[in-house]
Amino acid sequence: MTSVPSKLYSDDVSLVVVLLDTNPFFWTASSSLPFSQFLSHVMAFVNSILLLNQLNQVVVIASGYNTCDYIYDSSSDASQLGLENGKMPSLYSNLLQKLEDFMIKDEKLGKEQSQRAIKSSLLSGSMSMALCYIQRVFRSGPFHPQPRILCLQGSPDGPEQYVAVMNAIFSAQRSMVPIDSCYVGAHNSAFLQQASYITGGVYVKPQHLDGLFQYLTTVFATDLHSRSFIQLPRPAGVDFRASCFCHKTTIDMGYICSVCLSIFCNHHKKCSTCGSVFGQAQSDTSSASDLKRKAPET
Amino acid sequence: MANNIAEKRRQQEEDDDEEDGDLDGWGERNYADERSWEALQEDESGLLRPLDNKAMYHAQYRRRLRSLSTASNSQRIQKGLIRFLYIVLDLSRAASVMDFRPSRMAVVAKNVEAFIREFFDQNPLSQIALVIIKDGVAYSLTDLGGSPESHVKALMAKLECSGDSSLQNALELVHEYLDQIPSYGNREVLILYSALTTCDPGDIMETIQKCKKSKMRCSVIGLSAEMFICKHLCQETGGLYSVALDESHFKELIMEHAPPPPAIAEFAIANLIKMGFPQRAAEGSISICSCHKECKVGEGYICPRCKARVCELPTECRICGLTLVSSPHLARSYHHLFPITPFDEVTPSRQIEPHRRSQKTCFGCQQGLVNPGNKPSLHVACPKCKQYFCLDCDIYIHESLHNCPGCESLRAS
Repeated sequence: MTSVPSKLYSDDVSLVVVLLDTNPFFWTASSSLPFSQFLSHVMAFVNSILLLNQLNQVVVIASGYNTCDYIYDSSSDASQLGLENGKMPSLYSNLLQKLEDFMIKDEKLGKEQSQRAIKSSLLSGSMSMALCYIQRVFRSGPFHPQPRILCLQGSPDGPEQYVAVMNAIFSAQRSMVPIDSCYVGAHNSAFLQQASYITGGVYVKPQHLDGLFQYLTTVFATDLHSRSFIQLPRPAGVDFRASCFCHKTTIDMGYICSVCLSIFCNHHKKCSTCGSVFGQAQSDTSSASDLKRKAPET
Repeated sequence: MANNIAEKRRQQEEDDDEEDGDLDGWGERNYADERSWEALQEDESGLLRPLDNKAMYHAQYRRRLRSLSTASNSQRIQKGLIRFLYIVLDLSRAASVMDFRPSRMAVVAKNVEAFIREFFDQNPLSQIALVIIKDGVAYSLTDLGGSPESHVKALMAKLECSGDSSLQNALELVHEYLDQIPSYGNREVLILYSALTTCDPGDIMETIQKCKKSKMRCSVIGLSAEMFICKHLCQETGGLYSVALDESHFKELIMEHAPPPPAIAEFAIANLIKMGFPQRAAEGSISICSCHKECKVGEGYICPRCKARVCELPTECRICGLTLVSSPHLARSYHHLFPITPFDEVTPSRQIEPHRRSQKTCFGCQQGLVNPGNKPSLHVACPKCKQYFCLDCDIYIHESLHNCPGCESLRAS
């Protein structure tokens, strides 16, 4: 990080960590917005953030299908090179080169695997990396840009990432890092809705993908300090009801295993997750003495 | 050594007993600079230099991590996630002693506040109650509840100390309460004991046996010296006994009680608990909330069984008694069940291995792993994904994130 007089870091200097969804399965299927067009919107947006304040910093992390990696960091020295050859602005050439390398690596890693039903990208990995990076910025001293995470996601949620994504969300909440999300996929993403709701970020699902750049600049370019003065999209009702482990249906009331917190929609004899054998069901007017029956030891 | 300290403390305690009260003078001063010589060490050429805190801190953290992981590896990972914890604070005369600055009581109160917040962060489905020992009797300050604010507020309002301390009275009181909670809950008592004596009305051994029988896990953190009766209590009931050396040690000891302890099958019977997942009240709807008994607009949750309105989750419905939670509260506890493995320290010899391409930056934060003198600094590697991490990320990943970025960015086949 460059050494700048500390007082220049006022509260409107931002560090934006952009998580870019590069999942090939999603982008080949997406007809309304081709990846190249999406990328040009995002590049223009990244440039405009860097223009807003000379101290603003942008980090781009790609979340692919098989791996995640950093593809751009505006603070690193490498990104300042490349101007002298006069071909392209440094940001574009660097980012595009890294992105291409990344896509090739991502494809190679996936070769041996067969086609599978779930076509989610590795959101949990890129979120974890972003949070590690932000912790490093926090460690760098009392004067640092205000960090936030922006997820540009199109792929559907991967249920197997649920625990990891939630862990990342809670860690972001603890360090007061808002997670903004712009979802360009077909249906709403429950992960990102929860992420933005819990961490106090903004969730937007653009109606007109042609104008993606406009959505990005009007909503996500605002720094954290200015947000208190601006009318941002209000969080729509986020459904915090749980779905049961047995039928995956959303339930109002259910039974929780006291050992592993699995959720079931009706009473079972044995927990299918941790194998605990349950005693009597807790009746509605439970008195402790009724329940003292010992469960047979597993 | 420990005996020595204890001896000194006791002496000091006796000295200080006369000048009871009047703590205000202490509170104003800043003690940060005290014992500044302890932060220095001598290097090879005899020059003084500041202690390498980072390496020390990291070594300490790794020790803690290892002890945790060996404890949980030996058995199937089952944690008592639903805890009912009574915190017993000893506010007898001994709590006014000033060997902790400004006084034991102030240090205890400050750390209990931090502990309560940390506890609810880690155990969103658990409940805490506070009990105070003063003038030879124990009384309950707050009832079991899940809101950190109400406990902290009640505690801060009652910070006075006087009289003797009675371990038996406290245990009897807590036993009475904890005996009534449902069997799936883990009954725990955490006693913060300042005194070196206990003034009991009867046979404390009987009380300890009673606690053992009702499966209460009693832990004690002493602030003066080790006491046989506390040790005996903890051994009998399966708790932890420790004595704090200084304030930072005390803080460490109390925070050890925040993560859920390994569940012992006999202690809490596995059970299915009926819970409700309330939906948010419609925007702009007006209803009377059952917790404050006030009319409120929007911003609330509706109990799915009795349709009463509550303001906050998690809670118990005041009307029908159903436990109300939201799915993120459950998710907050999952990391206790799926902990990530401790990372291995990378020794320089391993780095030279030819088949591995050397990684120059930390996989998490991209910080360089090579010191200015081209000497590789100490770093760690995840045993599963083999990625390298710097020490700061190591701590962050295990203490807060609970995800390995390397493993998460590989698709598990």
